[in-house]
Amino acid sequence: MKLDRYLLIAFVAVGLVLPLFGDTFFLMKVYCFALFACAFNLLVGYAGLLAFGHAAFFGAASYVSAFALKSWGWPMEVAIIASVISSAALGLVFGAIAIRRTGIYFAMITLALSQIIYFMAVQLPFTQGEDGIHGVPRPPLLGFINVSSDEQLYYFVLAVFVFGFLAIYRIVHSPFGHTMRSIRDNETRAISLGYDTQHYKLGVFVLSAAIAGLAGGTKAAVVQLASLTDVHFQMSGEVILMVIVGGVGTLWGPVIGAALIVAMHDYLASIGEWMIVIQGLLFLAVVQFFRRGIMGELLALLSRIGLRKGTDKNEATTGETLA
Amino acid sequence: MSSQDIILQGRGLTKSFGGFFAVNGVDIGVRRGAIHSLIGPNGAGKTTLFNLLTKIHLPSSGQIFLEGAEITSSKPQAIARKGMVRSFQISACFQRMTVLENVRVALQRPTGLAYRFWRADACLDVLNDRARELLASVGLEGADDAIAGELPYGRKRALEIATTLALDPKVLLLDEPMAGLGREDIALVTALIRRISKGRTTLLVEHNMKVVAELSDTITVLQRGEVIAEGAYDEISQLPEVREAYLGADEDG
Ligand SMILES: Nc1ncnc2c1ncn2[C@@H]1O[C@H](COP(=O)(O)OP(=O)(O)OP(=O)(O)O)[C@@H](O)[C@H]1O
Ligand SMILES: [Mg+2]
Repeated sequence: MKLDRYLLIAFVAVGLVLPLFGDTFFLMKVYCFALFACAFNLLVGYAGLLAFGHAAFFGAASYVSAFALKSWGWPMEVAIIASVISSAALGLVFGAIAIRRTGIYFAMITLALSQIIYFMAVQLPFTQGEDGIHGVPRPPLLGFINVSSDEQLYYFVLAVFVFGFLAIYRIVHSPFGHTMRSIRDNETRAISLGYDTQHYKLGVFVLSAAIAGLAGGTKAAVVQLASLTDVHFQMSGEVILMVIVGGVGTLWGPVIGAALIVAMHDYLASIGEWMIVIQGLLFLAVVQFFRRGIMGELLALLSRIGLRKGTDKNEATTGETLA
Repeated sequence: MSSQDIILQGRGLTKSFGGFFAVNGVDIGVRRGAIHSLIGPNGAGKTTLFNLLTKIHLPSSGQIFLEGAEITSSKPQAIARKGMVRSFQISACFQRMTVLENVRVALQRPTGLAYRFWRADACLDVLNDRARELLASVGLEGADDAIAGELPYGRKRALEIATTLALDPKVLLLDEPMAGLGREDIALVTALIRRISKGRTTLLVEHNMKVVAELSDTITVLQRGEVIAEGAYDEISQLPEVREAYLGADEDG
């Protein structure tokens, strides 16, 4: 709560000066994937819904934004808003189909639905198949703020991340968020208190899809490319990995997890296929040795030495999440 | 008794799980304002009957009426909103939420705030006084910020009762509220049930015969899914079939 606020202020402060030292292109990618991971964590960590196909929302938004920017020449902010709306709509459809199922069946249905999106991305003409949408332009923000270079775009992407992050924080700490957490903890009990739990689960599914869409739509402008990688099921797997490594049900865990995985991709790109092996080992290490993920273990440590009160305890172990 | 006196009624209730009849042709009528107990050996079908009445399971056949209105095909959340709320045999609190949040999540539902994902949860603070009152009524004062999942078992049960009471139910269904409690806690919870059942109707499943004898106005005895006796404690405790059904089955809870 208080700690989260200080962390966010520190994060923004560091984020504002980082371009002086770091690679802004890399940082922007981290923000996009971190937001994607946070959106996924909203679903799995706070609502207890383990979906396996979140790349559908990230990727669809990436395509919508890329296409709107390149083929229609839409302004940056309009293209991104359009991508958020399309992901939310897609989330509503997928959610309506999947939400009645629980556990592994829910995961399987979301996976199947996301594969349909992948298939469409391969087949439809506007996505340009294997090539993807290349050379996505970066038109000025609101028509006059130039964001064509990485250095200029950086601050916009940072702002998008902070906006999305705050939205998630608000959702988690809202009356709706309380109900959502109660459903995660014990759905039958929530029903017996009179809650139409399906509505809440669908609601959080759509919110999570929309924020994943914000991440994907922004990513297309950053990388100037929308491709099959964005909708591939490997992307769905990676976002799960980011969240689990960082800490399921913690506010900051997904950010750390995303930074780690994106860094691995960038700095270990030369090893090619071995990346999958390394990711597999990382996953095993987390499941075996630090089940709460990096942030989860850190918070547990803080509580143990008495620096953190027992309020707002949401972190879960991987076992609990996957059960 | 006239039919208006019956607030909750099951007629010919049957539930089969793949050919096995967990509840078989049960007729039960719970009088308004009464404490009505359901007893019977393990596996008699008490929890299943609860699940039927609270719509967690659909009956294979039979009908259910709440205040004269048929609720056989209502949804469980609709039943709760009509004022029939249950507790669970296995303690059912929201494990990763705080004690105060557990009760508040029940209190916030009727306020219409629960869908507001854009509002800060500080707007729920108006419910704190009522929540603390409820917590105090079950002996959980001062435990606001404890994580529910970390409470000792007896206190979890108390929290569950406070959460149930938050909805101010007309009909209260308690499935083995004493299960797993020590002797002292049993005395406390017995007194608590007596207190909270004032002005409501209570249906209670309980193995501890002392508690049942002390609290119940009416007792229904279930065995292998069927009602084998019904009446006040003094009547049914004399019946040979009840004694037989209970031989070696309970007294220790
Ligand atoms: N979902 C289910 N599927 C299959 N069989 C079930 C199911 N629920 C209950 N049963 C069976 O129905 C019978 C009645 O179970 P129930 O839980 O209603 O008994 P009970 O009277 O509550 O027992 P206890 O005193 O142990 O709580 C048992 O034999 C049980 O195995
Ligand atoms: Mg039972």
